[in-house]
Amino acid sequence: MLRKFRESKSLQGTLLVAPTLLFMVGLLIIPLLLTTIISFGRRNADGGVIYTFTLDNYLRLGGFSTSCENGASACFDPLYVNILLRSLSLAFETTILVILLAYPLSYFIARAPSKHRNTFLFMVLVPLWTNFVIRVYAWMMILRTQGVLNGVLGSIAGLLHIPFTPLEMLYTPGAVLVGMVYEFLPFMILPIYTSLEKIDNSLYEAAADLGADAFRTFFRVTLPLSLPGVVAGTILVFIPVMGTFIVSDILGGRQVILVGNLIQRQFLDARDPTFGSAASLILMVMTLVVTYFYTRKFGFGEEIIVA
Amino acid sequence: MSGFAVEMRDVVKTFQTPEGGFVNAVDHVDMQIKNGEFFSLLGSSGCGKTTSLRMMAGFEWPTQGEVYIEGEPQGHKPPFQRPVNTVFQSYALFQHMNVYQNVAFGLEMEKTPKNEIDKRVGKALEMVKLNGMEKRSPKQLSGGQQQRVALARALVKLPSVLLLDEPLGALDLKLRKEMQLELKSLQREVGITFVFVTHDQEEALTMSDRIAVMSHGKVMQVGAPVEIYERPNCKFVADFIGDSNFLEGEVRSCDGENTISFVPRLGMEIHGMSQSKFSPGDKIVISIRPEKMRLSEQPALSQNCLEVKVTNSAYIGSDTRLEVLAKDVKLKVWEQNHISTLDPRAYHQGEQKAWLSIFPDNALVLPAE
Amino acid sequence: MNPNRRAPFVLVMTLLVYFFLYAPILVLITYSFNSSKTNVVFEGFITQFGDTKLVSGNVVQSPCGPFHWFCELAKNGEVMNAAKNTLTIAFISTISATVIGTMAALALQRYNFKLKGFSELALYIPIVIPEIVMGIGILTLFSQVFTFLNNSLGLSGDMRLALGLGTVIVSHITFSVPFVTLVVRARLQGFDQSFEEAAMDLGANELITFWRVTLPMLLPGVLSGALMAFTLSLDDFVITFFTNGPGSTTLPIYVYGLLRRIITPQVNALSTVWILIVFTAVILLQWLQNREAKE
Repeated sequence: MLRKFRESKSLQGTLLVAPTLLFMVGLLIIPLLLTTIISFGRRNADGGVIYTFTLDNYLRLGGFSTSCENGASACFDPLYVNILLRSLSLAFETTILVILLAYPLSYFIARAPSKHRNTFLFMVLVPLWTNFVIRVYAWMMILRTQGVLNGVLGSIAGLLHIPFTPLEMLYTPGAVLVGMVYEFLPFMILPIYTSLEKIDNSLYEAAADLGADAFRTFFRVTLPLSLPGVVAGTILVFIPVMGTFIVSDILGGRQVILVGNLIQRQFLDARDPTFGSAASLILMVMTLVVTYFYTRKFGFGEEIIVA
Repeated sequence: MSGFAVEMRDVVKTFQTPEGGFVNAVDHVDMQIKNGEFFSLLGSSGCGKTTSLRMMAGFEWPTQGEVYIEGEPQGHKPPFQRPVNTVFQSYALFQHMNVYQNVAFGLEMEKTPKNEIDKRVGKALEMVKLNGMEKRSPKQLSGGQQQRVALARALVKLPSVLLLDEPLGALDLKLRKEMQLELKSLQREVGITFVFVTHDQEEALTMSDRIAVMSHGKVMQVGAPVEIYERPNCKFVADFIGDSNFLEGEVRSCDGENTISFVPRLGMEIHGMSQSKFSPGDKIVISIRPEKMRLSEQPALSQNCLEVKVTNSAYIGSDTRLEVLAKDVKLKVWEQNHISTLDPRAYHQGEQKAWLSIFPDNALVLPAE
Repeated sequence: MNPNRRAPFVLVMTLLVYFFLYAPILVLITYSFNSSKTNVVFEGFITQFGDTKLVSGNVVQSPCGPFHWFCELAKNGEVMNAAKNTLTIAFISTISATVIGTMAALALQRYNFKLKGFSELALYIPIVIPEIVMGIGILTLFSQVFTFLNNSLGLSGDMRLALGLGTVIVSHITFSVPFVTLVVRARLQGFDQSFEEAAMDLGANELITFWRVTLPMLLPGVLSGALMAFTLSLDDFVITFFTNGPGSTTLPIYVYGLLRRIITPQVNALSTVWILIVFTAVILLQWLQNREAKE
């Protein structure tokens, strides 16, 4: 009996992976399937699910509403489409800003003397390890009308004798963008750092030896070699931003509604799990589509293996 | 007890290639290794020598055929149930244990009492000249020292057979030559059967009692070093071991030992020695080792003597390696420099003419491939 | 020597970004000493010690002095409960995820079996879908299953299946395992199997080999994975948000709840404590690492 087990490598492998599969199938795949099934259903009066097949939820998301303002039987309300587009554009903007801010810092750390590198890295990680929600709250304190930023600007204006009205920064799309960038900056710094760090010093020396100046070296040697890091970081930033609802909730209030907020509201306030599931599915599909085309062009960035 | 330390009977080992096909890494191999001998498996990479060793150790199981250790068929027994121990090419010393713990590991598995472990580990380390290093960690040891720990770790269990998988490969030349001699004398001292895998023919020739030359999963020839070198049974072995000149030809006559063949490219008949009977018309190839050729100012033999021109010469110190042209055939000739002199006329140089003589006993007639 | 390193642009950007990263944290910490109860504007430090006294919405005196809000925090039973929950969930899910993730890493790296491709795909999913999709999926599953079971088995009261500590823990395990597997697999890739062969050659069977040789050498990777799982669990908001129930509130959820109700500097005090703990832990880890490197 033991011999049989010893000899069958595939049996051993299957048993080792079994508990993991149990969790993945039970708590990931089945829930996704369930979400899909429910998205075609209808809500009942108590906020439960009537299992049926209807495309109502998707039609609503697409903007085709049957309850129109002017009494027409069908009209087009781009409300939800706008929400989806807003999430997409926010994700793109955040990713680009994060890359621009993260790159110089990663470069600095990667080229710093090795005994200091760990310290610099930890300095990046410490804010990350303080809780997500807390960090969003901090920005609330900074950006609100009587907050820190306005206070500082006001003092400066006072010193220069310029009239100053406090800026309305909170509860705007800008605030949400700032919050997102802040949250996800470390997630881009680490992968870019990892791929930059792998570049052997002798490559820079070789480039210089062959006549390249600092500018050329960067664009022809450094940047291409650090691309896997940028790619990995993009995946680590883009996907979560697409699904965020806290940042928009706290910093955007009622003014900025993203897909995440929509889904959250459906499950909690509006109690329509079917519509929420449909939105969730659309979110997932959109994310997967963008990720698919992105990785097809740029790869997964697996060249940088987790440090 | 069948009398052999290790035996392989018609063993085949098949692997699947990445493209999906199958390849026989070991292809119907028969081998008998005697008790107490130093036996080498020699060949280039992919010939099946390492796979054969791993099947003896129990890391692989034969697809067909059977491996016997001390007469017992091993079947699908895992390594920890076999009375053999292995010295790995990469040493595989446990990095998280020190030298003592590494060497003691095998005895711990046998549930040997502590004080006996102490004694035996001490003796093993002494044998490999590493006493005093017990507390060191593998990272603090040089390549040669690590190799000795690996050796001690395997030997301390007093296995019937010790398997060594290219253990000297990672050492530098000087250290390697030292270790070759040390291993040889160690084996004599301990009396255990050593099965040694290597791709270095000089190493095999130096250390072994017998050598098995392998190629593409098959055993080409088994014999003592002198047999392999002086009496290869095929062109592959003659070519693989040492250096040789090859002349293709056709048999004119053969009486079992003496064979006369016609070599078209030289336009003459060569008298040679054969190990089997050939028939007239058989295609053969004559193998002549460079050190066995003689150059002289005048023809020195009535047969196998031809005029050549020296085209290249390289002074090695102990000998001079020459390239000579006979008709349009390039031949290698090595002459030992047995007189100490600075006079350049003592060595053959380029553009010189000379007569090349080959004793028939030195011209080995082998089947053409 | 690359002149780029000295480029002022890089240095300036670096300083700016570090400032950007830390400014909010400094604001948070400062405001945890705010005397203003509404915590909108910073009204100054509490300087007087004594019984708590308020003047027009500002605390002017407190038994704990400037640390007033920290004391309030310590008296706050809800916070302590949330902290306990957070740690419990983190520990249990980390240990579980590390064990089964390591097993999966071994399976995927060293064996071939029929479900291998499927497993690898399944492990990729949590990384490529937004957390909220996973969160509501699990919520949906639990709510449907629980409703069904509660009704068909006629459970009521304390026996009713509901969202709670258990549902949070299993969800955390689910999103942690892929990361543990990834980290351990990376470590396994460079792992020379001859160590395990050597152990077996010397008489150790498979179990002893794993315990005495494989695991000790794999330990840094396993610990890395465990640390990652711990961090993910401690910090998680979204999935916990959808899978928790009354009594299983974690700290992030609690803070979020506070933000929507009353915001006193107590929230800041909590944040400051959290930051201090993290900072200390990091320094400790660094120090331990340095010690190990010296040996």
